[in-house]
Amino acid sequence: MSDPRQLTVAEALGEIGDGSLSADEWFDAYAEAPDELGAYLWRAKGAGAVPTGGEHGPLAGTPVAIKDIFCIEDVPTTAGSRILEGYAPPYTATAVERLLAAGARLLGKTNMDEFAMGSSNENSAFGDVRNPWDRGRVPGGSSGGSAAAVAGGLAPCSIGTDTGGSIRQPAALCGVVGMKPTYGSISRSGMIAFASSLDQCGPLTRDVRDAALLLGALGGGDERDTTSIGFPEPIAIPGREDLEGLRVGVPSELGLEAEGIEAGVRDVFERAVALCERLGADVAETSLPNARHGISAYYVLAPAEASANLARYDGVRFGMRVEAESLDEMYELTRSAGFGPEVKRRIMLGTYALSSGFYEAYYGSAQRVRTLIAGDFAAAFGDFDLLVTPTSPTVAFELGARAADPLAMYMSDYCTVPMSLAGLPAISIPAGLAPPDGGGPELPVGLQITGPAFSESLILDAAHAIEGAVGFDHRPKLAEGRR
Amino acid sequence: MSAELVPTIGLEIHVQLLTRTKMFCGCELEFGAEPNVHTCPVCLGHPGTLPVPNEQAIESAIRIAVALGCEVAPRSGFHRKNYFYPDLPKGYQISQFDVPLATAGRLGGVRIHRVHLEEDAAKLSHVGETGRIHGSGASLVDFNRGGTPLVEIVTEPDIDDPAAAREWLALLRTTLRQLGVSDVNMEEGSLRCDANVSIRPAASPELGVKTELKNMNSFRYLERGVEAEIARQREIVESGGAVEQETLHFDPAGGTLTPLRSKEYAHDYRYFPEPDLAPVAPSAAAVDAARASLPELPEQRRDRYEADLGLKPEVARRLAFDASLAAFFEEAVTAGSASAPAALANWITGDLVALARERGLEPAATAATPAAVAALVGLLAAGEVNRGGAREVLEVLVRDGGEPAAIVDRLDLGAGDPDELAAIVKRAIEEDADAAAKVRAGEGKAIGALVGAVMRETRGKADGGEVTRLIREQLDL
Amino acid sequence: MIDREQVLHIARLARLRLDDQEVERMAAELSGILEHVEAIGELDLEGVEPTTHVVALENVLRADVPAPSLDRERALAGAPDSASGSFRVPSPQA
Ligand SMILES: [Mg+2]
Ligand SMILES: [Zn+2]
Repeated sequence: MSDPRQLTVAEALGEIGDGSLSADEWFDAYAEAPDELGAYLWRAKGAGAVPTGGEHGPLAGTPVAIKDIFCIEDVPTTAGSRILEGYAPPYTATAVERLLAAGARLLGKTNMDEFAMGSSNENSAFGDVRNPWDRGRVPGGSSGGSAAAVAGGLAPCSIGTDTGGSIRQPAALCGVVGMKPTYGSISRSGMIAFASSLDQCGPLTRDVRDAALLLGALGGGDERDTTSIGFPEPIAIPGREDLEGLRVGVPSELGLEAEGIEAGVRDVFERAVALCERLGADVAETSLPNARHGISAYYVLAPAEASANLARYDGVRFGMRVEAESLDEMYELTRSAGFGPEVKRRIMLGTYALSSGFYEAYYGSAQRVRTLIAGDFAAAFGDFDLLVTPTSPTVAFELGARAADPLAMYMSDYCTVPMSLAGLPAISIPAGLAPPDGGGPELPVGLQITGPAFSESLILDAAHAIEGAVGFDHRPKLAEGRR
Repeated sequence: MSAELVPTIGLEIHVQLLTRTKMFCGCELEFGAEPNVHTCPVCLGHPGTLPVPNEQAIESAIRIAVALGCEVAPRSGFHRKNYFYPDLPKGYQISQFDVPLATAGRLGGVRIHRVHLEEDAAKLSHVGETGRIHGSGASLVDFNRGGTPLVEIVTEPDIDDPAAAREWLALLRTTLRQLGVSDVNMEEGSLRCDANVSIRPAASPELGVKTELKNMNSFRYLERGVEAEIARQREIVESGGAVEQETLHFDPAGGTLTPLRSKEYAHDYRYFPEPDLAPVAPSAAAVDAARASLPELPEQRRDRYEADLGLKPEVARRLAFDASLAAFFEEAVTAGSASAPAALANWITGDLVALARERGLEPAATAATPAAVAALVGLLAAGEVNRGGAREVLEVLVRDGGEPAAIVDRLDLGAGDPDELAAIVKRAIEEDADAAAKVRAGEGKAIGALVGAVMRETRGKADGGEVTRLIREQLDL
Repeated sequence: MIDREQVLHIARLARLRLDDQEVERMAAELSGILEHVEAIGELDLEGVEPTTHVVALENVLRADVPAPSLDRERALAGAPDSASGSFRVPSPQA
């Protein structure tokens, strides 16, 4: 028997099918691995101690790590925030219910940037997550724990949430596959809201096939979420080996002209584009002229929605409270003690953008930029089936490197935010290794593949072909032994 | 000078809809339940929860909108209205803002500015001192009511005196009750009214600075609160001051008005479109169907009473604008096919309402049935009981119920045999020839002596009009 | 671009209490971010419709059918303070 922690989900399910691996062995191999990355905030005790939907679903027996932003009944859920410390929800998120119904088993809750606000996982109230490739570096964020767990042999697969890049960017920085599906394809019920019009759940996995497997289980309309409609057709398991007949566009604004793009990332990206051509795709440059305004629009819309979404953390019904004589004092002390600096910054930014006299200049304009960006994509998809860009302008950076400069941190999402604003599906797959600017270890670089709304099966197929051609088989050294 | 200052009043009404469940979750609605027994993660604003609108609430709101003659927007959306308060679990209220469900209606001569949907806040009760250093009290929050579907109706400032405001609100209540969409009970809070009040010189086309009066929880308080506020504003203006825009709380006990919120923090609700909810877009067919399914509303009913039943405008209005009284009247009309609707209407709006009120009841809640009242008015029309007797019978009906003819017999109130009455009249004329001669000679007042004699003889049971007619007949006048 | 007074006003609206140092830092950081954001002010947005939802849905509604509520103990379980079956807060009138 091979080390179960080296297997993809599909491989492990195959071994369980032919009897060479038991589901409990598979689960316990992960449950017992020491978490030296700070990837988890809560872990299941062992195979026998967790809820599961049964033995017969497509994910029967699959251990899965869940970003701590998903509510699970009676399981501690904090969204990485002090303000929810001790909170155990009275209900379970639909996405989690669907995974369990497909036979998945809950491995644990993964660390994250507080309320999904961040690109480095340094904004968790419960400690940083380390990048398994270099523990002095960030795993990306906000789904940093989910990405690090999959890359670092602490989970075969996980789910995260992506508002402006929070699945794709950490997947890229940790060298795993991460997909943000079309807005509306997976229920947001039970997923703690950051920016409701952008938030979307998605899988982080070792390969594209596993991403399809999880996505198929996660997707579906939900009567608890009026914005969810599911996938029009079941997600097909990808098997494609070439890109014959596909028109692939390279948007210059998010590609080689992307702001702050590192030389190493550029090299890997150029090689990936050449590879697409070799696989038979019709590759050409294209333009998304308004995409460079994505960050601006995003950092109005997302904080504005967040300022309202985070108003419910008021010390009245759940979570922490700082006692005080007057109501307003209680509110202010509770929220000031409960929220970290980045969350406060975004609440302030969003409150300002919505406040009397500023709405049109900020929120109204940002919504219109959103329309323009969606229009750019629509135009590009008139000419192309798919678009490819780097996922992140940089490889994983060092812990603390951007902590003092919020705007620099926000630029991490430069290439991923436009798709979020347009609600489009996009996947990040490992495309190679590159050193950071200024030198350092070779680190994963992600390739982002974007398609029109609900083109997940096409994206997954293309990603599968590219993945095979790239042959990315590097793995970080896994921690050994029992925890 | 004060005579030249005229008030302008606009009303903002919140109506709790009578749905089974809340606006955005499946929790049941029940008035008066133990605190916090009808809550769920959604209506407690737990992390990750999402609102799902109640179809029935939207239907009811459309029904209200069309009943008020509004134009229903082909597409309206929800907004978030952001503010912190313990009765507001999410820190924002889901309401409608730039495009409300409906606009531009009219009811009873008052224009409706807008009708929109929103969710109700929870119930906050202030409990006593906690004995802490500053003696600040604590409050308890009960989320049973939180999330009840609400329709907010905003009028244009078309009302010009407090009594008219009260009357208009009564008309609105009847209209809503007729629609079956709400309990419209002010005491229980299912109908709540705020008023915007301003005064201006009669000649000025421009409205004065308005103040907002909050939550006057009865018809009487609305009238008194608005009266008090008009008086307060008059005093300010007449003494050379300027009215300030503020929100006031009416204290019915002292009849005083106190500023409700400190002006230190101007409200800034930071409205923005609710990303969790799709727009509401009722089809034209659905709106037409809602309009077609409306019952007869008070104003239409009043018109019908005047045109078809010949009721006087004031009587028609009083009946038509009071749903239960109108129902009583209509049942009585149906039961007493012989009696004139106008007479029935007079009896119901007059003596019956008065007698019921003495007992603190609506007519329908007394022992008198519509059929019995109709029968009584029938006896009166047939001359079988006189007005005074009928009033006595009505008293018995209200108190004990029963059958009017039997009561007339039991109390011996019958006007008696017409032939017998004619004989008594004849005898009276013979016994007072002097008076008879004067009447013959055209001295009209003299007839009183003859009528009095007949009434004495019949112990007041005879109908005065009938007696007069018989005297004149027998005197060949 | 954003001054101290504005920061305090916004903090008050958001029910956040910032110490002097935080106010200073917030003023500088928000100003920096807003300067970047204001680049969109140069775009010609005349006639461009705002996007609120990327998925065009309408009338997604629920039948008026009751669903089970939480037990009261469960509803109150996470409350920092409760009494008499209710959530207790310092009085807003204090
Ligand atoms: Mg309202
Ligand atoms: Zn509920």
